[in-house]
Amino acid sequence: MSIFNLLRIALKALQRNKLRAFLTMLGIIIGVAAVIAMVAIGQGSKQSIQDQLSSMGSNMITIRPSSNISPGGGARLDASSLQTLTLDDVKAIQKQATYISSISPAVSSKGQAINGAFNWPTTIQGVTPGYLEIRDWKTKQGVVFSDEDGTSAAKVCLIGQTVYENLFSPGDDPIGKIIRFNRIPFKIIGLLAEKGENAFGQDQDDIIIAPFATVQKRLLAITYIQNIYAAALNENVTEQATAEISSILRKTHKLKDTDDDDFMVRTQAELINTFSSTSQLLTVLLTAIAAISLLVGGIGIMNIMYVSVTERTKEIGLRMSIGARGIDILLQFLTEAILISITGGILGVLLGISTAKLITIFLKWPTLVSESSIILSFAVCTITGVFFGYYPALKASRLDPIEALRYE
Amino acid sequence: MAGEKYILHTEHLERHFQVGIEVVKALKGVTFSVEPGEFLTIMGSSGSGKTTLLNILGCLDKPTGGTYLLDGVEISGLSRNDLARLRNHKIGFVFQSYNLLPRTTALENVELPLLYNAEISTHERKERAIKALEAVKLGDRLDHTPNQLSGGQQQRVAIARALVNEPVMILADEATGNLDSRTSYEIMALFQELNQVDKKTIVFVTHEPDIAAFSSRTVFLRDGKVLKDTFNNDIKSAREALDNLPPADDY
Ligand SMILES: Nc1ncnc2c1ncn2[C@@H]1O[C@H](COP(=O)(O)OP(=O)(O)OP(=O)(O)O)[C@@H](O)[C@H]1O
Ligand SMILES: [Mg+2]
Repeated sequence: MSIFNLLRIALKALQRNKLRAFLTMLGIIIGVAAVIAMVAIGQGSKQSIQDQLSSMGSNMITIRPSSNISPGGGARLDASSLQTLTLDDVKAIQKQATYISSISPAVSSKGQAINGAFNWPTTIQGVTPGYLEIRDWKTKQGVVFSDEDGTSAAKVCLIGQTVYENLFSPGDDPIGKIIRFNRIPFKIIGLLAEKGENAFGQDQDDIIIAPFATVQKRLLAITYIQNIYAAALNENVTEQATAEISSILRKTHKLKDTDDDDFMVRTQAELINTFSSTSQLLTVLLTAIAAISLLVGGIGIMNIMYVSVTERTKEIGLRMSIGARGIDILLQFLTEAILISITGGILGVLLGISTAKLITIFLKWPTLVSESSIILSFAVCTITGVFFGYYPALKASRLDPIEALRYE
Repeated sequence: MAGEKYILHTEHLERHFQVGIEVVKALKGVTFSVEPGEFLTIMGSSGSGKTTLLNILGCLDKPTGGTYLLDGVEISGLSRNDLARLRNHKIGFVFQSYNLLPRTTALENVELPLLYNAEISTHERKERAIKALEAVKLGDRLDHTPNQLSGGQQQRVAIARALVNEPVMILADEATGNLDSRTSYEIMALFQELNQVDKKTIVFVTHEPDIAAFSSRTVFLRDGKVLKDTFNNDIKSAREALDNLPPADDY
């Protein structure tokens, strides 16, 4: 029998029992909608975490001091008070490393920024212009300080959007204005573009950026440096870059093979991986729940198909007596099961997409409906229809025509 | 070969049913032949094996023993699919309980056998179904569903369904069993017309002697064996019987 005729017969049979067909479909609809919505939530949160992390600079490598003396009692030193990193380390890396494109030493200090009547507690970060490249951070207005500003420890700075909003009246031009940070005057030469929150919920725009030497010498009066930031050539070589940096630092720090590192090299990629593996786990769990509901939907189809085969035993007998072969009957019931599951699948996809949209609108959760989840759940649906429809259909096709005709 | 001039030829046909440990012998060696164009009735008391025999003749069932040749073809060696094909191409079945698909129009019911015949196009299918329904005088009831038709009309739809595939023979199992005598005569008139005008071979199971009187030959079964096989020299016309019914019967 042609596919067209099979579809016609199946459609007619379903029409005769619309409510039952719909209720059977409901299992599939809910299952598919759940898969789509759950995966959309998982993918959405993964995407937004990734976006936030890469807003911090996706190639970024952070080097921090660390203690290599195992704590044999007594308080362990706070990382920021460790003094193992120096400007010589930065120079050595700059000279020897091949996998990094820019590097910047960093020191920071918390304090009060004052502009006339306004004041605002914030952080000042002392870096070289390379830092802004590493973070892929542009200025909205003004310019970045020069290397000369760095060597002369010039009292110039760039301010973040949050700092601007808290120190200036709206519409004021900050460029050229003098603000004070812990009583030292800084001339504003640039306003940084907005970056928003990072993955930890910190406001990245609540910052003042000044030349490294200015902060290290004039503000903190220290000789060591707190952090080193570097950028790998691209995201794919971050591992090589960290290995390279580690070996350079071990050499410049004259560590023996048996010594532990007295520094820590962390990449943004590692952070991204940690986060995405958590959200991956979430996605897997949600998908498993959704898959179970799809399975339950499939069992619903199987159940109804068995009932339907029993109910229509006489019809099957009649069809056989006028010349239907076993395969015709098998295909007829299989088509019905597949039709139920595919229609359920289509409705489920629509419901799932709308649910994801509503979740974004009302709960403000980021969602991302992926094509692959639609294709996957569709494929699973069809397979569900075939798999769970097959046995009832096979049972129907194997009926004995006489017994089926006699069935009351 | 023995069966060549016959459309239907049986030799020592046996059908045994295993019921638990007991064996029910429904047919115990039935031998008879039917030539093309015959109108045969099979009579016998309840349980004598009429339905069992008809099911085998209709290729719905296979004999336990003996041979059955349909149109010269030995049935016992055929597969389920071959049998389905034979039922579709050579046989038209009419049942006592009509067996129409519920909530399905007369036209669609009649089209049904053609759906299982791949050589027939959608267009031809519809045309032939309409023709078959017109032949049973139901040309004006194409879109009626079974529950909108009387018993006689439903049986006529079933006959149209049996005709639509242009079978070489029509098998009917108590096709008038559920109908009053006037409607029975109408149905028998239809069968006689099919037999005499369209030269269809008909095998008709009944236990009413006045129905058997419309046929050209009667085979009597008793206890799974042929008791008598008589030719009817005085075939009554169902059309005349219908005209002779007193109008008072028509309340
Ligand atoms: N499927 C079966 N299993 C067991 N026994 C069967 C089966 N079909 C028929 N029989 C037996 O075979 C015998 C003949 O049955 P059959 O239905 O052919 O009779 P019949 O002549 O058509 O009777 P009726 O006039 O009442 O329809 C009966 O004794 C019946 O019990
Ligand atoms: Mg019977």
